[in-house]
Amino acid sequence: MERYLLAGSTFFYLLGFAYSLLQLGAGKFRPGRLNLYAIAGGFVLQTGFLYLRGHAVGRCPITNTFEILVFLSWSVALAYLVVGTTYRISLLGAFTAPLVFGLQLVALLLPSAPAAARRGPPDGWLELHASTSLVAYGVLALACVAGVMFLVQEKQLKMRVPGSIFHILPPITTLAEAMKRLLWFGVILLSIGIIAGFFIGTPIGRIKSGASMLVWLVYAVVLFLWTRNVLHSHRVAQYCIGAFALALVTLPAMYALGGMLAK
Amino acid sequence: MNIFCIGLNHRTAGVSLRERFAVEEGSVVSLLSELRREAALGEAVVLSTCNRVEVYGLSGDAEASARACADFLQRVAGAEAEFYRREQAEGARHLFRVVCGLDSMVVGETEILGQVKEAYAAALRCGATGAALNRLFQQAFRVAKQVRTETGITRGAVSVGSVAVELAEKIFGDLADCRVLLLGAGKAGARVARSLQSRGVRRLVLSNRTFERAAGLARELGGMALHFDQWQSALPDVDIVISSTAARGRLLSAGELAPVMAARGDRPLFLVDLAVPRDFDPALNDLDGVFLHDIDSLQAMAQQGVEARGLEVERCEELIEVHVAEFLSWARQRPDMAKPSLSAAP
Repeated sequence: MERYLLAGSTFFYLLGFAYSLLQLGAGKFRPGRLNLYAIAGGFVLQTGFLYLRGHAVGRCPITNTFEILVFLSWSVALAYLVVGTTYRISLLGAFTAPLVFGLQLVALLLPSAPAAARRGPPDGWLELHASTSLVAYGVLALACVAGVMFLVQEKQLKMRVPGSIFHILPPITTLAEAMKRLLWFGVILLSIGIIAGFFIGTPIGRIKSGASMLVWLVYAVVLFLWTRNVLHSHRVAQYCIGAFALALVTLPAMYALGGMLAK
Repeated sequence: MNIFCIGLNHRTAGVSLRERFAVEEGSVVSLLSELRREAALGEAVVLSTCNRVEVYGLSGDAEASARACADFLQRVAGAEAEFYRREQAEGARHLFRVVCGLDSMVVGETEILGQVKEAYAAALRCGATGAALNRLFQQAFRVAKQVRTETGITRGAVSVGSVAVELAEKIFGDLADCRVLLLGAGKAGARVARSLQSRGVRRLVLSNRTFERAAGLARELGGMALHFDQWQSALPDVDIVISSTAARGRLLSAGELAPVMAARGDRPLFLVDLAVPRDFDPALNDLDGVFLHDIDSLQAMAQQGVEARGLEVERCEELIEVHVAEFLSWARQRPDMAKPSLSAAP
């Protein structure tokens, strides 16, 4: 049942991705709502999968790489549904669909990973730490997507004659506002995750905690400088992309965390 | 009963003739009533815009009614004109092309849809329409919506003013809160300012070497005049600067604008340079948050828009044919509509 739910959600994400490509290829100015419905459908099935998996393991289902990838993909979809629809940046969905589809596909291609058996009562702080951190990474992934869109649109606006993508992308002020909201949301979640990390019963390795703190610090400094008008949106967009690349480096640490949860 | 359309437009009649035939909004009802009586029309809609005057009608003898309509319009206008006539499928196709903006002077313009809707609403209110024209016009509005959504016919701006508006909207989104500074009191700058005002801009500051000209234009456009030696002091507070002065040298350099941009924080600045020689240093475009476009760039974008719309016409025609066929299929099922002459052939 779990695998069917996951395969179903992957199909929905693929549908959203393919639809966006077809729309953009046809030069459609307003991507249809099918993209939003596809991501919403994928999200619902994914939630079903995580619910069943959570029941099976008796805790937040992030006990191995397979589950972590699904959870991360779910987080990106959640962030899109919250931010993309609020700001009517429908095209954000076109950029989000391939990301969530890719994450799910990698998860599905991994060797079948059975739900880890429960060994003793779960550590609430550890679960809070891991789940909020993963959702934060999902939100920051979307900030990275918004950053890419911002830089592309900014370049178009600086060109003597912009290309056709100029008509499709949203205004840069809208993208900057979306980036700001996503950064705030991501940094707050990351902060909660890090604070929860201090209360975990089992000590976390220095490398992992150091990497998490570094990522948090980069995002927090960028956000602080931006709100103080020291950084321009252009630089913030670049930092959003660079910082997320840095965050991706900490994913192996998440794997270690998954192993620790499975114990 | 047959559907037909007669009319004249920007391609068949000059403006001096079109203005003679133009129908005032207040006289549409009485005109429709007289027209229906004189031309024996079962149903009628009169469309009058700056580019066209057309009558859509339903009659048992379309040819005789069309002739009577033309005579009536010529008598009212006190002038003679060559009217085009489209009957049955051609008439439906013509209306669908009109509402989609394919028959407009600027292909793909969307204002015509609103004008057709108003014309239809006026006829509907005074009971001049029935099943046939109601169906025809409702179908026309559906075609227009589909064409807008599924093709790029309305995409891209096709004039300098609309290009400037499109760029501004891609920078600021909603223009309602944007402040505009207009340098120079020339016609080109005023046209762009008007285009921006039509999209919501409310605050406008004008500056010109001759203050009286700036004040005069400010009164006309509903803005505020500023002495020319003070225009740079307005830079921190404005979002869009349109310049069309006759200055021989540059009015603004990157070195002068950089500290202003630092003081503006993260707010972008859109510079529209319509002057030749150019008023703004091209290096301004390299500054973060500054977007500079000169007259060449705006004209190139407008030309690109014209070409892009031209490429979409064929797709629009295909969609229109589907709707023409659908309308004909409906008409064939009506006992009161003529069947043999209804043809889908263009």
